[in-house]
Amino acid sequence: MHPTDFTLRGAIDALNEGIISSVELTQAHLDAIGKLNPRLNAYITVTGEQALAQAKASDKRRAEGGAGPLEGVPLAIKDLFCTAGTRTTAGSKILGNFVPPYESTVSGNLLRDGAVFLGKANLDEFAMGSSNGTSAFGPVENPWSRRNDPDTRLVPGGSSGGSAAAVAARLALGATATDTGGSIRQPAAFCGIAGIKPTYGRCSRFGVVAFASSLDQAGPVARTVEDCAILLKSMSGFDPKDSTSADVPVPDFAAACARGVKGLRIGIPKEYRLDGMPAEISALWQQGMDWLRAQGAELVDISLPHTKHALPTYYVVAPAEASSNLARYDGVRYGLRQTAADSDLRDLYERTRAAGFGDEVKRRIMIGTYVLSAGYYDAYYLKAQKVRALIRRDFDEAWTKCDAILTPATPSAAFGMDEKQDDPVAMYLNDVFTVTANLAGLPGLAVPAGLSAEGLPLGLQVLGRAFDEETVFAVGTALEHAANFTALPGLRASA
Amino acid sequence: MSLDSATIRRIASLARIRLEEADVGRMQNELNGILGWIEQLQAVNTDGVEPMAGGAPRGEPAMRQRPDAVTDGGQPDQVLANAPDRAHDYFAVPKVVE
Amino acid sequence: MSYTLEGSTGTWEIVVGLEVHAQVTSQSKLFSGAATAFGAEPNSQVSFVDAGFPGMLPVINRECVAQAVRTGLGLNAQVNLWSRFDRKNYFYADLPQGYQISQFAHPIIGTGEIEVTLSDGTTKTIGITRLHLEQDAGKSLHDQHATKSYIDLNRSGVALMEIVSEPDMRSPEEAGAYLTKLRQIVQYLGTCDGNMDEGSMRADVNVSVRKAGEGFRTRCEVKNVNSIRFVMQAVEAEAKRQIEVWESGGEVHQETRLFDTARGITRSMRSKEDAHDYRYFPDPDLPPLVIEQAWVDELKAALPELPDARRARYTAMGLTPYDAHVLTLEKETAAYFEVVAKARDAKLAANWVTGDLFAAINRTKTSIAEPPVPAEHLGELLDLLADKTLSGTLAKAVFEAMIETGKAPGVIVEERGMRQVMDTGAIDAMVAEVLGKNADKVAQYKGGAEKLFGFFVGQVMKAMQGKGNPALVNEALKKALG
Ligand SMILES: [Mg+2]
Ligand SMILES: [Zn+2]
Repeated sequence: MHPTDFTLRGAIDALNEGIISSVELTQAHLDAIGKLNPRLNAYITVTGEQALAQAKASDKRRAEGGAGPLEGVPLAIKDLFCTAGTRTTAGSKILGNFVPPYESTVSGNLLRDGAVFLGKANLDEFAMGSSNGTSAFGPVENPWSRRNDPDTRLVPGGSSGGSAAAVAARLALGATATDTGGSIRQPAAFCGIAGIKPTYGRCSRFGVVAFASSLDQAGPVARTVEDCAILLKSMSGFDPKDSTSADVPVPDFAAACARGVKGLRIGIPKEYRLDGMPAEISALWQQGMDWLRAQGAELVDISLPHTKHALPTYYVVAPAEASSNLARYDGVRYGLRQTAADSDLRDLYERTRAAGFGDEVKRRIMIGTYVLSAGYYDAYYLKAQKVRALIRRDFDEAWTKCDAILTPATPSAAFGMDEKQDDPVAMYLNDVFTVTANLAGLPGLAVPAGLSAEGLPLGLQVLGRAFDEETVFAVGTALEHAANFTALPGLRASA
Repeated sequence: MSLDSATIRRIASLARIRLEEADVGRMQNELNGILGWIEQLQAVNTDGVEPMAGGAPRGEPAMRQRPDAVTDGGQPDQVLANAPDRAHDYFAVPKVVE
Repeated sequence: MSYTLEGSTGTWEIVVGLEVHAQVTSQSKLFSGAATAFGAEPNSQVSFVDAGFPGMLPVINRECVAQAVRTGLGLNAQVNLWSRFDRKNYFYADLPQGYQISQFAHPIIGTGEIEVTLSDGTTKTIGITRLHLEQDAGKSLHDQHATKSYIDLNRSGVALMEIVSEPDMRSPEEAGAYLTKLRQIVQYLGTCDGNMDEGSMRADVNVSVRKAGEGFRTRCEVKNVNSIRFVMQAVEAEAKRQIEVWESGGEVHQETRLFDTARGITRSMRSKEDAHDYRYFPDPDLPPLVIEQAWVDELKAALPELPDARRARYTAMGLTPYDAHVLTLEKETAAYFEVVAKARDAKLAANWVTGDLFAAINRTKTSIAEPPVPAEHLGELLDLLADKTLSGTLAKAVFEAMIETGKAPGVIVEERGMRQVMDTGAIDAMVAEVLGKNADKVAQYKGGAEKLFGFFVGQVMKAMQGKGNPALVNEALKKALG
C-alpha cells in the first residue's frame, strides 16, 4: 500500500505501531506533491524542508514516549491561517509576501498535537468564491474528471479548493479549511471527501484572515468522517484571544462517530426540494433517507420556511462585514503597495487596492460598502440581519421535532473550470444548501455518498444543533458506512 | 433600486478602490445584477423581529472581559518587519497635508 | 448677566457644546495587551491587534469598562447594563484597521449632568448627552521628512472616553468652566489623568450663534483643541467669525474647523472629497457588553469623594467657600491639604497651604505634585505652633529653612535652637535689661508716648534672637512699665 493511501486514522495507527515513521510518511507526501501539484495547483506554498524537520522532531518525540494525538501526521493548511514565519497570502496579491510573526490558534493547536505541515493550500481570494477560480495564485484543478469527458478540467469547489483537492489527490492526510457560506462542505462534496463546518465559536478565529466575522468558521477536510472528527478535536477549544470563541468543553468527536442512529429523528426540510433540482441529486437524497431509516432512524418532515431567502441574506451580511474587514489592506503596514510618481496617500490606497484585489473581492467590497452606506443601511443590512434572525428561528423550531437534518450538500456535481464564471449570481447558487448553517451558526458535515451519472462524487449534508457535532458525526458515519464510497479520483499520488 | 454610474464611482471612492472609467459600466451591470437579486429580501415580513448581529447560534452571549495587564507589545521590529516603507521605527507614507 | 456679542445688526448669543476625548487611565489598551504609557519609543507599545494585522481580534479590557462606569457615576449619569461596540469605517494613515471600534447606537453611559461654578459665584448645570468607549488612533508625524509622513501606532487602540455635552453653554467662560470641572472630576476619580499637554484630554468644540429668542442655527465643530484656555479662545473666535458671516449676508455651513493657536482664529480643514459616510455597523468580532448592576453598585461604593462633596465638607470644617474652592480645584492640592489638616486646626492648615505654601511654590517654580515642603513636614510645623514650641514669626523662619534644607521642622528647631522661650523669669530679666538701657525712652513712654511700646517689644525680641514668646513678652513689658 502506498503511504499516501492511509486514512488519517490508519496513519496514526501505523505510526503508533512503528510500521512507518513520520519522516517516511511526510517524504511520501512531499514526493506526491512534487509530482501532482504542478498540475493541480493545490498548494500555493510547499514547506518541504520545514515539514521534514517537523517530521524528524516528531519521530524523536514519539521515540521518547511523548506522542501527541496527531503525532507525525502530515497536513495541508489553508492559506487563510496565519503561520508564523511562513508566507500567508489568503490567495490574494494584496498580501504580497506577508510573513506573519504569529500562528493562528487552530494551526497552533495542530502543532501542539504533533502535526506536520506540508504547506499552504490554495483557496479563492480571501475565501470568496465557490470554484477556487478567484485565487491570485491560479485555479486549482479537481483530481476527479468526468467518465466520458476526461479532458475537461473541473473545479474543486471553493473556497477551500486547495485543501479539498490536496486531500482527495492524496497530497495530504487531512487539511484545515474555513467555511463562511459553504467553503468546506461544497469543495469536500465536489472532491469526494468529508468536511465539517463546526458550530460558530467552536474553533478560534484568532489568526485566521477574516472574510465575514460573524460567519467564518474553521474546520477540517479529510477522507473519512472519523478523520474529520479526530482533526476537529485538535482544532477546537476555547480561546481567550477570540471574543466570539465559545467556552464549552470539547467532546471526543471520534468516539461519537460509532454511536449509530437508532432512535434519532432526522429532519427532512421540504424547502430544500428546489425547482429544477437534478434528478440524481434528489435520488441521492432519497437514498440517504433510506440508509438512515434502515439503520433505525426516524424520518421527520420539517419546514425551514425562510430557506429561500438565505442566499440573498448572506450576500448582504458577508460583503458588508468583508468591506470593513478588508479595509486594513491599504499598503501601509504590510503587503502590496502600489503608487504612481506623485501619489498622495489617497492615491496610494486606491492604486494599492485596485491592483491588489481581484474582481470578485472588489465586487463584494463594493456591495458591502453600498449596503452599509448612509440611506441604505436599514433597507439592506438591517433587513438582512432580521431575516437572518428568522432563519435561526426556523432551525430553533425544527429542533423541537428532530435531532439532525439531512440535505444534499450541493445542487450539482463539480463543474468545468470555464463554466459559470460569467454570472456572479449563478456562482453564488452553489451554496444554496450550505449557507443556512453559517447564518444560523450551526454545524454542518458533508459526506461523500455517491457518484453522478458522469462519475463525479456527490455529497450529502448533515446539519445539527449548536455544539452537537457528536450527533452530526454519528449520522455522517452511518451514511458513510451505508454509502461505502470507494471510488477514487483519476489524479492521485498512487495512481 | 438601480445604481447609476455616479453612485458606482462614489462607492468605489468610499472603498478606496481605483476604478478606471472603462470599468464603471461593467461594475455597474454586475452590481445591479446582484442587488436586483438581493431585492427579494424586501418582500420578507420582518415586523417585530430583533436583528441578529454576530454569529452566535444561541442568542448573543455577553462579552468576556480580560484583566488589565500588559501582556503584549515591545516588538517594534516584528511590527515593522512587513512594512513596504519603513523609516527608522516608523511606517512611512506620502506626506499627509492637513 | 448673560454673555453676548455685539454685531452690526444687533446682539448675538452663542451656543456651545463640547465633545471631550479623555484617555482612560489603564495599564493596557482597550482591546489589546499592549502598554499605554506616554512617551515610549515609536511603535514599541504595539500589538498586532493595534497594528491591524490579518486575523487579529479584539478582546476588551475590564478595567477600561470599570473606568467608564466610574466616570458615568461621577457625572450622575445613567449606566447602561447593555451596550455594544460598532465599527466606524474610514481610511486614514494612523487608523490601521480601516475602522475605529466605537459605540454608536448603544453607548455604555447615557444622560447625566454636572454643575459648574462661574466667576461671579453663580452655578450652572450642564447636561451630559452620553459617554462612550472607543479606540484612539495612532499618531502621524508630518515634520520628520520632506515628502513623507511617519506613523507611530503607540497610541493606536488606547481607550478613550468620548464625553458629549448638551449644547448648554452660552459663553467662553462657561465652556472653560465645564471643561475645568470635567477634568477635575476625572482626575478625582482617577479615570483620566487630565493631562492636556500629553493629549490625555482633547475637546471638539461645537459653536453656533443666534439672535435672542431664535432656535439653533448651523453649528461648526472646532476639532482637537488641547487646552482650556484655547477652548475659550476658540469659542470666541469662532462665534465672531460666524456673526460676521451671517451679518455680511452669508450663511454658515456645517463643517469641521481647526483652531490656529498662533493667530487666534479658526480655519476650515481641507474639505474632504467624500461627504462623511462612516458606515457604522455592530462589530461582529465583539458580542454585546453586558455588565451586572451588582458590579456597578460595587464600583459606586468604592468611588472616591468627588470635588463637590469635598468642597462641602471643607466648608463644614470652617473653611471659607473661597479656600474650599481653591483647595479642591486640583486633586493633589486637596490631598496635600488633607495630610496637613489631619487632626489639626483646618482653618490654620488652609491658611498655610493657600498662603505660605502657594507662595513658596510660585517662588521656587515647583508644583503641588512635587512640593517644596512635604505635607507631613508642614503638618509637623503646625504642631510646633500649637504646642507653642514656635511662635508665628519663628514658624515662618523655620518654614523658610525647611524649603532650603528639606529637613523636618523639629530637626531644624533642634539644630538651630529655634525653640520659643516661654520661661517668664528669662523674659523678665531681658525686659529689665532693655528698659535699663533705654531709661530715656521709658521716661518718654511714661510721659504719654505710648507708641514706644512696640519699640520695647522689638528690642526685647531682638535681644532674645526672636525666640521670646510674643504674648509673654508683651505681658512682662506691660507689667514692668506699670
Ligand atoms: Mg465626535
Ligand atoms: Zn470619538
